[in-house]
Amino acid sequence: MSATNISLRLLGNDTGARVFLAAIIVLTVMVPILNVAVPPGSPFHVPTYAVSLFGKYLCFALLALSVDLIWGFCGILSLGHGAFFAIGGYAMGMYLMREIGPRGVYGHPELPDFMVFLNWTELPWFWFGFDMFWFAVAMVVVAPGLLALVFGWLAFRSRVSGVYFSIISQAMTYALMLAFFRNDMGFGGNNGLTDFKDILGFNLQANATRITLFVFSGVALIAAFALCRFIVASKMGRVLIAIRDAEARARFVGYRTDMYKLFVFTVSAVLAGIAGALYVPQVGIINPSEFSPLKSIEIVVWVALGGRGTLYGAVLGAISVNALKSYFTALAPEVWLFLLGGLFVLVTVALPRGLVGLRGQLAWRRADRGAPEPKPAEREPAT
Amino acid sequence: MIDPSEMPSGKLAAGKSILVLDNVSVSFDGFKALNALSFVVMSGEMRAVIGPNGAGKTTMMDVITGKTRPDQGRVVFRDRHDLTRLDEPRIANIGIGRKFQKPTVFEALSVLDNLWMALKADRRIRAMFTFTLSSANRARIDEVLEVTGLTALRNDLAGSLSHGQKQWLEIGMLLVQDPDLLLVDEPVAGMTDAETEATATLLRTISKSHSVVVVEHDMEFVRALDVPVTVLHEGSVLAEGSLDAVQKNDAVIEVYLGR
Amino acid sequence: MIFLRTFLIGLLLVLAVGMTAPVSSSASELEGRVKALDAKSFADKGKAIEALEVLADPAALPVLRAMLDGLLFREKDSKRIVIGVKAGRAFEISDPLTGGDLGVVKKRALKKISVNNRLRGRLRLAIGALALTSGDAGARASAAQALIKDADPTILPALDRALAREQEAEVAAVMAVARAAIQAKGGEKNARLAAISALEGVLDREVMVVLGTLSQVANEPDAEIRARATETLAATEASGRLYGMLETLFFGLSLGSVLLLAAIGLAITFGVMGVINMAHGEMIMLGAYTTYVIQQAFPGLIEYSLAIAVPAAFLVSGAVGVALERSVIRFLYGRPLETLLATFGISLVLQQAVRSIFSPLNRSVTTPDWMSGALEVNAALSLTYNRLTIIVFTFVLLLMIVALLRYTSFGLRMRAVTQNRTMASAMGIRTNWVDALTFGFGSGIAGIAGVALSQLTNVGPNLGQQYIVDSFMVVVFGGVGNLWGTTLGAMTLGIANKVMEPWSGAVLGKILILVFIILFIQKRPSGMFALKGRAAEN
Repeated sequence: MSATNISLRLLGNDTGARVFLAAIIVLTVMVPILNVAVPPGSPFHVPTYAVSLFGKYLCFALLALSVDLIWGFCGILSLGHGAFFAIGGYAMGMYLMREIGPRGVYGHPELPDFMVFLNWTELPWFWFGFDMFWFAVAMVVVAPGLLALVFGWLAFRSRVSGVYFSIISQAMTYALMLAFFRNDMGFGGNNGLTDFKDILGFNLQANATRITLFVFSGVALIAAFALCRFIVASKMGRVLIAIRDAEARARFVGYRTDMYKLFVFTVSAVLAGIAGALYVPQVGIINPSEFSPLKSIEIVVWVALGGRGTLYGAVLGAISVNALKSYFTALAPEVWLFLLGGLFVLVTVALPRGLVGLRGQLAWRRADRGAPEPKPAEREPAT
Repeated sequence: MIDPSEMPSGKLAAGKSILVLDNVSVSFDGFKALNALSFVVMSGEMRAVIGPNGAGKTTMMDVITGKTRPDQGRVVFRDRHDLTRLDEPRIANIGIGRKFQKPTVFEALSVLDNLWMALKADRRIRAMFTFTLSSANRARIDEVLEVTGLTALRNDLAGSLSHGQKQWLEIGMLLVQDPDLLLVDEPVAGMTDAETEATATLLRTISKSHSVVVVEHDMEFVRALDVPVTVLHEGSVLAEGSLDAVQKNDAVIEVYLGR
Repeated sequence: MIFLRTFLIGLLLVLAVGMTAPVSSSASELEGRVKALDAKSFADKGKAIEALEVLADPAALPVLRAMLDGLLFREKDSKRIVIGVKAGRAFEISDPLTGGDLGVVKKRALKKISVNNRLRGRLRLAIGALALTSGDAGARASAAQALIKDADPTILPALDRALAREQEAEVAAVMAVARAAIQAKGGEKNARLAAISALEGVLDREVMVVLGTLSQVANEPDAEIRARATETLAATEASGRLYGMLETLFFGLSLGSVLLLAAIGLAITFGVMGVINMAHGEMIMLGAYTTYVIQQAFPGLIEYSLAIAVPAAFLVSGAVGVALERSVIRFLYGRPLETLLATFGISLVLQQAVRSIFSPLNRSVTTPDWMSGALEVNAALSLTYNRLTIIVFTFVLLLMIVALLRYTSFGLRMRAVTQNRTMASAMGIRTNWVDALTFGFGSGIAGIAGVALSQLTNVGPNLGQQYIVDSFMVVVFGGVGNLWGTTLGAMTLGIANKVMEPWSGAVLGKILILVFIILFIQKRPSGMFALKGRAAEN
């Protein structure tokens, strides 16, 4: 197999991936144009709030991608991935808080409003450095990555897998949620971090800033997609699938499966953190409820609905479920939770391969209970 | 121990042992699976291990490959590596390969991918991204595909193979892995007579340049292998020697047939 | 003869007068002594006070208290003794003994019965002594309690008299403690040492303050007394710590029993069936709401409400569990991760349903009287009845479940299906039904847990979410497939939680426990009592 033919490696014969990339590129280009070039009266105009809304969806898509990487290809079901998203979000949030400077309600040049409210006199040590953008960006990558390294090392080295891993990953995010809700932690307590003014000097409310953030989200999604494709199309992808299906066997062939899992888990966590960091400036707030187990499990439903193990299925699932959510929470909020719960059941019972696998599934004849359908494999020939 | 005069094809290679099990005991919740088992395989030798169910054959393999830790005893590979201290990937990488009782191949990957994965190569993460298939390796894979009769099925999912084909694929994986010591657990279970014969030939060829331990129930197959035999019973060695000698051994008869 | 008759009549007369005299003289005696308070000199007033004290009639208390507070007056024209309370420019006066209202007079009409400091001290003594003779046991106890801090040795005779007369054991105990405390402060040395030793183990704050004072050089010149006081105080404090630990242990067991109730059902469905039920918390919540509904429906039967609620909650949650199993879970056997997701969805639906039907706000569930209150072992250890009941109830239930699993045919079938489904089916056991009933059974137990929880915490739609993570931790920690493991796990986690609470706070304690379990899983990935051997690997 030639190492030079990167684009072939990335896209191969996968029409799904090609369609996906095309769609995202079109979206990333068209939305800003429709916002700026088309006058507000026209039905094609995309209002500014919608730009941020779509940007939010793209961040969620990136988050879903990170979960599909480890779940669809390596069989690691993390029910606490929201934690990495939230940590990345908080890192960006801390930078944005410091950017407020003396323009806060209490007017303190250094301390954010909530600290003044708590009668604190100086910035806690872990806030240092966050007045510099590059530092915050570094933290967006380092903080979730470090947590993933530690947690993953503890878990994978002791061969915790399957359901046990899912449960303790949920416990991890639950513990973090409890911690971040405490006012004395120094992260804004139950109100979180909000009231942001600008980023790198650009006003967050300005049209141009929003468009830029949106475009960045789109670019990040495409880049992440490329990265994930690179990983799964390489030999590592084969190893990950082998680990997913028969980990013991993979070990007997000589692969350090715990290290491989740790590697993808960490990469996945960093991607989730980046998603969080792009999300926060677009929605204007980060609070501890992002750590809640429900949020993390929702991500899994996005991926499951879209179809895991395909990467673009995860994106499809994320965007469709969140679009549904926006629609219903505006229209009839009480109905949404019923719908979401129903979606969970529907996906697991009726759509094991998600939406993208629907066509294939309808053609597949169901065997007796207990005989599983073949899992989606890498469809690229290995030449 | 083995009496050289009874060995049909004496192959004491370099005179060094490749695998030594010394007084190994394993118990599960009070049940003694291995009972002070002592077992030696010489370098370049092929040995057949037989015994009734529950004799400890699979447990012995588990201990060698690092899946189970013995409660006591030594397990030494090449006079150098203490296998009781290493885990499965490390043991596989120092040169011990195993074929399982139940064929376990990677069902979601193609036949080619399975072989590609098992290929003797750098197993580290960083190597995954720079991996290229050298022409030598490509040739090797093609050869193995040929030998195992899977050339036409190279791009098919391993999960779609028949039982016998999966067995062969697993053997193929073992071949490309090229370990110094092969542990083969019931390789001909579920195979036709023709396939069984072919497997025997294949193993005999392999054993010319590798050390092999074969666990089997099929006596015709063992006879066809024509190698020294070790009989296990209740976790320890009952008898050793050529198949004929062992089949005439009173203790062995009693254990297999009862009195 | 005439002399004898005269003498007898005279004797009868004297006797008649003598017999009636004490009856009327006690009332008039009291009035007389009260009148005597209005003496010219302070010394005479002191004697009058003493006289009232010796009379030992608690009716004198309001008089003396009024005198102490400067509210006792003589009405100049009627010469009556009254209690006067300022009301604007005038005074409202009342009878000091009966409290009856006597009208309003000008200030000029009254002459205050004045006191000096010495008299005040005398008054306090008298009041203290008289309070000890009150008809109400509680009043006597409080009077004795008050003496510990303030009283000096002169009250001892009165205290001794009261002690001799005292019938109630609890009040007598307080009086004895007060006596020892007073004795310790002054008097003959050996008596003081004995009194100090007698105070050992008394976990009363005031007593400990007394001992503390006596330990210090500044207050007590005698080294031996100081030493004895220090020693006694140390012993009492150690005893206090011990009881404090016992109380923590009690709270830990109480929390542990709640966790156990919550986790048993999960251990059965997860351990026995391999099903991860994320809606388990909602089964608990439904049980709690069942209790609420029953209390609302039968407001007159609060005392029996729990007895009704336990089987009702079992049935309600059990039915929901069976419905869940038949409609969703049975399609997902062998796929634990999918089951987890699907049941999570169901949990969302159930929570939202309860929010819509009842309200998102918490509902209040009342505790029946027989479960209210506490067993006060001493000042440091108080065992509330509701927690005690729950602990006992949990263990009874646990034993019943173990018995059911071991000795009934249902339990046998359940275990057979767990261990080898195909064989069980081949032997004619209807595995579908066993699955449904097992799941229903586990959910029903959760419902019962909800009844217990309703007595300890707020009942709201989020109740389940608070306990689901804990329940899983218990099952994971204790090892799957083993009820004793679950029990030990629950108790350990409950106690650990409570032990850490004082210095880490409830939230941080929870976080530390979660972290601990994550680390623990490293060492023993299958929990404390995991099944070993090849069978368990499947």
